[in-house]
Amino acid sequence: MNWLKNIVRPKLKRLVGGQKEIPDNLWHKCPSCEEMVFHRDLEQNLRVCPHCGHHLRLSAEARLKILFDEGKYQSIELAEALADPLKFRDRRKYSDRLKEAQAKTTLQDALIVAHGRMGGLNVVIAALDFSFMGGSMGVAVGEGLIAAARLAVVQDASLIVVPSSGGARMQEGILSLMQMARTTIAVEEVKEAGLPYIVVLTDPTTGGVSASFAMLGDVAIAETGAVIGFAGARVIEQTIREKLPEGFQRAEYLLEHGMVDMVVRRQDLRETLVRVIGLLINTGPAGDVLAIPPVAIDAPALESPAD
Amino acid sequence: MHNYLDFEKPIADLEGKIEELRHLSSDGEVNIADEVTKLQAKVDKLLRQTYAKLTPWQKTQIARHPDRPHTVDYLSALIDDFTPLAGDRAFAEDKAIIGGLGRFRGSSVVVIGNEKGADTNDRVTHNFGMARPEGYRKVIRLMELADHFNLPVITLVDTPGAYPGVDAEARGQAEAIARSIETCFQIKVPLISVVIGEGGSGGAMAMAAANCVLMLEHAIYSVISPEGCASILWRDGEQSKDAADALKLTAQDLLKLDVIEGIIAEPLGGAHRSRDATIRAVGEAIEGSLQDLSGLDGGVLKSKRREKFLKIGSQLPE
Repeated sequence: MNWLKNIVRPKLKRLVGGQKEIPDNLWHKCPSCEEMVFHRDLEQNLRVCPHCGHHLRLSAEARLKILFDEGKYQSIELAEALADPLKFRDRRKYSDRLKEAQAKTTLQDALIVAHGRMGGLNVVIAALDFSFMGGSMGVAVGEGLIAAARLAVVQDASLIVVPSSGGARMQEGILSLMQMARTTIAVEEVKEAGLPYIVVLTDPTTGGVSASFAMLGDVAIAETGAVIGFAGARVIEQTIREKLPEGFQRAEYLLEHGMVDMVVRRQDLRETLVRVIGLLINTGPAGDVLAIPPVAIDAPALESPAD
Repeated sequence: MHNYLDFEKPIADLEGKIEELRHLSSDGEVNIADEVTKLQAKVDKLLRQTYAKLTPWQKTQIARHPDRPHTVDYLSALIDDFTPLAGDRAFAEDKAIIGGLGRFRGSSVVVIGNEKGADTNDRVTHNFGMARPEGYRKVIRLMELADHFNLPVITLVDTPGAYPGVDAEARGQAEAIARSIETCFQIKVPLISVVIGEGGSGGAMAMAAANCVLMLEHAIYSVISPEGCASILWRDGEQSKDAADALKLTAQDLLKLDVIEGIIAEPLGGAHRSRDATIRAVGEAIEGSLQDLSGLDGGVLKSKRREKFLKIGSQLPE
């Protein structure tokens, strides 16, 4: 029983805080060029390696901070989804895995939905967090995306979704597959309201997530170097018994194959989003909008997502 | 001669005996009719017992049984004037999915189904029922055609999943599936799906976001194959049995979870034993569903379809 280790210890850690910043966290090795990077430099550079430009993954929270004006946003409380609807058990119980992920990330599930201003524009952003069970999509994530879509419609805001996910959450079986259908409906609601729906495909975007809401953007932006695809590379290799081509399923590969509109570096992402959305909804030039001082966030309360 | 599954071995033995006796009687004067009748009764009893308590893994094997009727069999038995329509108008014709116009019970419909193929050559031709992006783009095209001419759409689902290959990825497998699901939620005509064998993940979902989703009694429908799930979560493909249990992929489980609208009973011993009866039962079920949806306004059909999916997972039985 890992109760002590998995639940009590992380909880204690959170209460006490501080302690986790032990010296071995101060330096990061870039997974691409293997150079050592001082952690503060890495954070200041938006977790992009200053040596080789490799984009490391961002948490959902960090993602929202770099997109919203002054890093300020209001996240909405997500309806609590049924934990472990199938009483799924592999080598471990799904409910234990869930609790562990919640303790590790302090998130309720793999998604944060927030609203606020970006370049003065009213936007709702839903970002997936890969560190929460691989950003996998179960009922909670599906519900969250539906809530995000409805929030965007209610607020007449653009919806930006930032997936970082391996795909459907197997431990929720068929119910996770059904989220492909449900999130697609959410996207349709935004589109039918005439509001921009923009996806920012980040590393990784695969499986059931890529084969649903992630590939339905009015404009599809891929972050530099992100792995984006349907089937996992290992599965494909096993099927065709060949080595995969260089750069396969990378953002640049998708651009070349006509699957995304553009590949954008993280440092240019916010500016690009502001410009694209501004053009879509035909506001004044982005520069003018940016000149307006940030507006206090004053959003109407979320309507019940289950009506 | 049947293809027997492992757990059907005792049935195979008995039927082998009957076969032997019949052979004997044809060249001797011994009357074995009584004996055959007795054995046949035993077979039926055994079948009933075996098929009453199938495990999810056994159902998986039945759902994939090579003798199970496939899309082409349903088309030839249920659809008059079936006129296949080919191609996605962008890249290629994908034979893993067959679709076209036809008449069902006298009225025009668009039918689309995954085809796994009947023998080795045929299976290769149809890529074992695993579609590439052009397959899903053909589905989109045909659904839009149906919408344009106000014809109901019937989809027959029977696929291990979308094809995992370099070419499929290069041409946007994920996007094609996503658009196909999107199209399911846009059309204003009745959309009925029947999972006739294997409902494999996104490749199945792509054409099953329907007003009415039915499953054959021993069909399966899952987010991932038991083998795939076992190799990821147990790190051991041998644990497929456990994975099949955990995934809740049987028609009975899915009905309980309110993911599907109904189950079509299979004849004793499964669809592979009585193909014609199975096809007839599917035909009747489709007819019933079409009748339920007929007369509904297009906008209502579309919104009801969405409402139904939005409800899934919100209230689960304990």
